[in-house]
Amino acid sequence: MEEEFRGGRPQLFDFITNGRDWSDKGGYGAAEEKNLELRLGLPGGEDWSAVQEKREHPAESAVSPGHIAKIPKSTNLSASSGAKRGCSDAVESKPEGTLADKTTFQQRHLQQQQLGFLQLQAKGKESLHRTSGSAGLQSLEGKVCGPHAAHASSTKNTTATHSTSQSRAAAAPVVGWPPIRSFRKNLAGTAKASAESPNRRSDAEKKLENDRKGLFVKINMDGIPIGRKVDLKAYDSYEKLSLAVDELFRGLLMAAQMDPLAATTQSTKETHVIPGLLDRSGEYTLVYEDDEGDKMLVGDVPWDMFVSTAKRLRVLKSSDLCASSLSVASL
Amino acid sequence: MTYFPEEVVEHIFDFLGSHRDRNAVSTVCKAWYHVERFSRRNVFVGNCYAIRPERVMARFPGMKSLSVKGKPHFADYNLVPYDWGGFALPWINAAVRRCPGLEDLRLKRMVVTDDDLDLLARSFPNFRSLVLVSCEGFSTDGLAAIATYCRGLRELDLQENEVEDHGRQWLSCFHESCTSLVSLNFACLKGEVNAGVLERLVARCPNLRSLKLNRAVSVESLNEIVARAPYLVDLGTGSFAVDHHTDAYQRLMNSFSKCKSLSSLSGFWEASPHCLDAVYPVCINLTVLNMSYAPAIQADDLIKLISLCFKLQKLWVLDCIGDKGLAVVASTCKELQELRVFPSDIYGAGATSVTEEGLVAISSGCPKLNSLLYFCYQMTNAALITVAKNCPHFTRFRLCILDPWKPDPVTNQPLDEGFGAIVRSCKNLRRLSLSGLLTDQVFLYIGLYAKCLEMLSIAFAGDSDKGMVYILKGCKNLRKLEIRDCPFGDIALLNDVAKYETMRSLWMSSCDVTLGGCKALAAKMPRLNVEIINESEGSDKLEENISDLHKAEKMYVYRTVAGPRNDAPDFVWTL
Repeated sequence: MEEEFRGGRPQLFDFITNGRDWSDKGGYGAAEEKNLELRLGLPGGEDWSAVQEKREHPAESAVSPGHIAKIPKSTNLSASSGAKRGCSDAVESKPEGTLADKTTFQQRHLQQQQLGFLQLQAKGKESLHRTSGSAGLQSLEGKVCGPHAAHASSTKNTTATHSTSQSRAAAAPVVGWPPIRSFRKNLAGTAKASAESPNRRSDAEKKLENDRKGLFVKINMDGIPIGRKVDLKAYDSYEKLSLAVDELFRGLLMAAQMDPLAATTQSTKETHVIPGLLDRSGEYTLVYEDDEGDKMLVGDVPWDMFVSTAKRLRVLKSSDLCASSLSVASL
Repeated sequence: MTYFPEEVVEHIFDFLGSHRDRNAVSTVCKAWYHVERFSRRNVFVGNCYAIRPERVMARFPGMKSLSVKGKPHFADYNLVPYDWGGFALPWINAAVRRCPGLEDLRLKRMVVTDDDLDLLARSFPNFRSLVLVSCEGFSTDGLAAIATYCRGLRELDLQENEVEDHGRQWLSCFHESCTSLVSLNFACLKGEVNAGVLERLVARCPNLRSLKLNRAVSVESLNEIVARAPYLVDLGTGSFAVDHHTDAYQRLMNSFSKCKSLSSLSGFWEASPHCLDAVYPVCINLTVLNMSYAPAIQADDLIKLISLCFKLQKLWVLDCIGDKGLAVVASTCKELQELRVFPSDIYGAGATSVTEEGLVAISSGCPKLNSLLYFCYQMTNAALITVAKNCPHFTRFRLCILDPWKPDPVTNQPLDEGFGAIVRSCKNLRRLSLSGLLTDQVFLYIGLYAKCLEMLSIAFAGDSDKGMVYILKGCKNLRKLEIRDCPFGDIALLNDVAKYETMRSLWMSSCDVTLGGCKALAAKMPRLNVEIINESEGSDKLEENISDLHKAEKMYVYRTVAGPRNDAPDFVWTL
């Protein structure tokens, strides 16, 4: 079940397209039942921001209608009664009614009800977790919260979606939410960038940097005594990081290549001065040190996870990539 | 009063400052209408499409000061497409023709082009003050025109506009003989200005009291400026990035200590903690402090600063101040009237943030608090009830819990009771923004108690049409209602259509109103413009087979005597 969700994860955060297919999500039912226990008397809060999407995908009620029973009777929605009527693949014994009978309108209501409640639950869970500290179902919530955020596809609001999966997944990508002016959204990032100059370092700035795991990390390269710093949040894929690393060290590497003692024989005609960083085919390999202090090969884990755990990067000579030298070499 | 000569009536009307009072007296009788219209100097138009500019100018030929607002409020949060409208040109044109004595112009959320600014600059010989708030469409070229042609300009105040930087040295366009500036705010500009030009401008304007520099102005330049303008009352500091080991820092301390009149500070764009020491000398006089652009200043440094600010009335900070910092504010700033706490990191985990505790502390420590904007990750009913008890004087209460639908984390209940307590206790509440998990119940409370409420913002709240109906029925003074992502549909929309003529505007996006419902509203109320903003690709024309059951993604309804507007872009359908 969890695997299914993980597999679907890139989709869930694909806010650009409207192509959410709810028919895939039949597996939600069982997971949601587990979630139900923690939810207390929640009135039905629908997610109305997913309206546009739902127009495309009317007929599926992939979500267990069991949770709809929890909506207090005080809400006299036509929508909620429609929902009660319209659940077709009930896990529990709910009155059947085929969705095919309903108009698109009611189906939309049904889906929004379910969708909304689903996320409502998830969000409630999220808050409970925040207060109780348990992290068990966080990844599930992160995924569940995702679809809600696929608002008007024309205006996508953020680039930092991936790294928010564990926490505020729903808040970030919704258009116009939170209600602050655009220039305020970028304040933290731009201030950090300007605070980077060496003669202005202060404890507060260092703390600020450390609070955001994996933003600016040091990167050293074998054979080059002076390291660089790279902002992991500025990239969204390993490819881009590889390109950036290439550019960072290109000049220094070429200078080193002038040295006849340097062992490199790379052709400077290539686009990449340092090719094969990620696939271990080249002369150099990119490795990183994670938050547990272990040296790891770059590229194994999903990008988001990498960003949140990487503390330092290093460009090693591939020939040095054996276990003994990794443990000996200081990163 | 009918037997008084007009001059006497006019003199009495001079005491009426507010637009509403003047609007009211002008409806008493024809005589009063005439006296009032010729004597009105300040004209306020809350919605630029509610009336044609020519009508306004014709009615008030003696107009000296004009204030116009354009786009709906949610445009601030990117919910309104760029070219929706709100053009300044028709207003400037009409004023050129009818009111050449215009002195002050204030535009909010409008599209202003460089040509507009050029026309403005050349057409009004007595022009004194230009205030642009949240506008766009112009560049530094337009500013150059203003600087060049508005001799005798006293105020140029640019607040949070989108201004293109064309690199032109617009500041240099202020003539050497221009010595009249009282207020200059270019904090929102991104580009550089010539430091020498700026310093000379400041030096030759002895009446300069308010100066807000942009991020590009260095601290060295700030030093020169402050040294030349020791009578400044309101200062936006520019970048304020200074290494406390250097000379600049020392000089800054000296300069600030000479500013005896300084009572308002903002800016600090790139301030790091050490440079705040320079500000300490002025803290005891500060009534306004805006640190909300300085994410590098963390709680401890903010606390050191704020604990000296006994006279503070208005404070804008980032949420990195934390509950601890807010407790210090509460114990220090007994005169505090307005507090805004902005989120410093909306993508992160909110590691340093504020919670309900900070708000409760503020409410118990600051009895004069009447205006609040508070971003946080959680809020409880108990806290809101306490706040309501401690601060019955709120006129503006805007709470934004960053996660939609977030319930009270302690009880898991919706926040209906908390907000209910606020509206019950704060009898003068004029503006309210809701967030968190909310059912129809909160709207019942609002309709019941919030009798003075004029502006209400709702997002991700409610269960049914009843919620919206409670609001429309109960809030007699409602002027602006903006709703997003709520389950309100046609039944609520059409429940009392006459109500909308008593309001300035209604915005509903991602709700349940359908095209059919909107059409019905438009049909019943000819003096409302019912606009649908349709952003999906491929359907530009209303006629293209769109069923009435189709949801109206964004709907904006406003009363107007001008009829449907003629400058609407293709994606806006006026029904």
